[in-house]
Amino acid sequence: MARIDRRRVLKISGAGAVAATTGGIAAILASGRAPAYAQASTVHWLRWSDFVPASDQVLRNTIAPECEKALGTKLNLEMVNANDIQARITSAIQSGSGPDIILGLNNWPQLYTQSLADVSDVAEDLGKAQGGYYEISKAVATADGKWIGVPWCVGGGLVAYRKSWFDEIGCTQFPDTWDALRDAGKRLKEKGRPIGQTLGHTFGDAPGFWYPYLWSWGGKEVEPDGKTVALNSKETVESVKFAVGFWKDACDEGGLAWDDSSNNRAFLSGSISATNNGASIYLEAKRKPDTYQTDKGTPMYQDILHAPLPKGPGGQFNLPGPFTDMLMGYSKNQKPAKDFLRWVSSKPIFEQWFTSQQGYTDGATLVWEEDKVWGADPVMLPFRDLPRKGRLMGYAGPPGRASAEAQTKYIIVDMYAKAVQGMPAEDAVKWAHEELVKIYT
Amino acid sequence: MTFTFAAARPYAGAPRRGPLTRLLEDERWLAVALLLPTVLLLGLFIAYPFVKGVELSVTDAKVGVPGHFVGLQNFEQVWNDGIFRVAVWNTCVYTAVTTVFKLVLGLWLALLLNNNFKGKAFTRAFILLPFIIPTVLSTLAWKWMFDPTFSVINWLLYQLGLIRTRINWLGDPNLALISVIIVNVWRGVPFYAISLLAGLQTISPELHEAAAIDGARAWQRFRHVTWPLLLPVTLVIVLFSVIQTFADFQLVYVLTGGGPANATQLFATYAYQLGIGTGLLSEGATISLAVFPVLLLVVIVQLLYIRRVETH
Repeated sequence: MARIDRRRVLKISGAGAVAATTGGIAAILASGRAPAYAQASTVHWLRWSDFVPASDQVLRNTIAPECEKALGTKLNLEMVNANDIQARITSAIQSGSGPDIILGLNNWPQLYTQSLADVSDVAEDLGKAQGGYYEISKAVATADGKWIGVPWCVGGGLVAYRKSWFDEIGCTQFPDTWDALRDAGKRLKEKGRPIGQTLGHTFGDAPGFWYPYLWSWGGKEVEPDGKTVALNSKETVESVKFAVGFWKDACDEGGLAWDDSSNNRAFLSGSISATNNGASIYLEAKRKPDTYQTDKGTPMYQDILHAPLPKGPGGQFNLPGPFTDMLMGYSKNQKPAKDFLRWVSSKPIFEQWFTSQQGYTDGATLVWEEDKVWGADPVMLPFRDLPRKGRLMGYAGPPGRASAEAQTKYIIVDMYAKAVQGMPAEDAVKWAHEELVKIYT
Repeated sequence: MTFTFAAARPYAGAPRRGPLTRLLEDERWLAVALLLPTVLLLGLFIAYPFVKGVELSVTDAKVGVPGHFVGLQNFEQVWNDGIFRVAVWNTCVYTAVTTVFKLVLGLWLALLLNNNFKGKAFTRAFILLPFIIPTVLSTLAWKWMFDPTFSVINWLLYQLGLIRTRINWLGDPNLALISVIIVNVWRGVPFYAISLLAGLQTISPELHEAAAIDGARAWQRFRHVTWPLLLPVTLVIVLFSVIQTFADFQLVYVLTGGGPANATQLFATYAYQLGIGTGLLSEGATISLAVFPVLLLVVIVQLLYIRRVETH
């Protein structure tokens, strides 16, 4: 048995690494103090279950272990259904304990401003290093001149459509006006291939279509002062009247009951020809080319293209979905959490997550427009330009608490739903206008 | 001869009675001691949240913001809210219709199960399944059955040649409310059936025989013997059911989320939408509390009625 001296034992054991750097037990004894190396801290990060499951895998399997090595911080990742995050936030804030960082959707940071920590230092540094933030990302993550969240990414939707079916009816390009789309949709519906859009109470697809639709006709919720409700206008009434005709002529009328996954399922099963959605339809079809096929037996993903929502008299818009990492005020791990946020949104780390998204989301900073992911697949390229052309709910006012309340009550979506179900357009608009007045006063 | 007196002492003096034992032998203190756990549980899980809820509803609290006292302003605001009025109406219709159907179908089932037939025990246990399965699971299954595109019910009716176009179960506002009612009735009938069955079994068969001998037909036997004796049990069951249905949340939340356009919005779903979705805790609490006076009235009326029936 070889003689093992003390230095060798220390090197072999786990503590050897630290002891070796600090000069070993001898150095510790000599200094007369207990070694002051940092306790491994834990950061609890609550996120949604990503619509691109591969990205969650990257977070768990690659980024979490890297975090422990680079920062000495153990990352406690938790993914829950997006609809349930707000319930978690509410109970965490009210009880004063819970996850350290929570990923907020849309303008949730504006709802919980008083309970979030100031992360201006982290956000400003990241913004400077990465070419600045998009206006929309900044708008939801700032309040009273300080940053209450670090923007993570921006999700967006485009119309996914079946190229071959539109070609068959003579539309080689996706219709770019509402009249053209209604006409195309009518012909497609006659063949049993309607356009599919939800008018139900669902947080993603319903606002994602109907808010940009309203804006494209020139309608808006409030004036730029953020207080005067401006919904009841000629433009809005026009948009409602057109929507009723468009729905009946061109859309799958079951859409009144669709949730966020219904249009995905309908499209992938071949019952609708077009739908406004995130890139999840295309990415799913690409992931399983043998499961999702066209009538001719070819993989469906080769028949899918993306186009923006048509132009209206008021312009052409989309509703992006900003994601913001919120550092909770009650958290006892402020410093480790801030260091973590700085690290995970930094270019080399975020890039790994961003690549796995394959273009489903955009970065929150401009630098990601040049990422190589946009060269990988031309079908995904249109998603890159969404944040610049996006508007947020509550236009033309700021995306504050009132616009969040209007969205949670589905005022705009229900305005169109009521009209489609038979209420006269003027009455539907009047109803929505009065509901907004109650919210904004 | 020597005796050991170990076990021969009279009872009254036998065990050494400590102060605690003496205390508990006084009935009043014993009552307090026995009731204490229940009172604690009730206080912690029912009284405290209720008081907290009342407190929230008279402030303008939001998530993370304690808020100030605002009196009855929230109640006024909620009363003027169009969506709230729709929720009130929906809840009343929902409760009334489901209760009637559950009672009729439950009673019919109970009467059938009261007979002796082969496999009686198995059938009685099997009947309970809809009530035992967690609501969220069974509602998800129903959601699939009512799905706008892939509904198996539509497919079946289409194959049978009864319909030509899809029925928009969850998309049409009236049909959506009907769908929600169907699922609630499906879930609730077993509760009624088993409870009414228990009630039926307390009715002595001799009464039925006596009535039959006197020439009463089945319907008359039911009306004059079964129903009056079953009434107290029925009223209690209906009371529980009304309270639960009025406050129903899971079923509607999973099936329609309150849509389309608030056609199936109930108190609980609307309170959740406002309180959690928008962070307006005070308004959510107000809506939840709005249920209280109605239910209190229902409880009082039914309890008075029960008392009248029992002393009749």
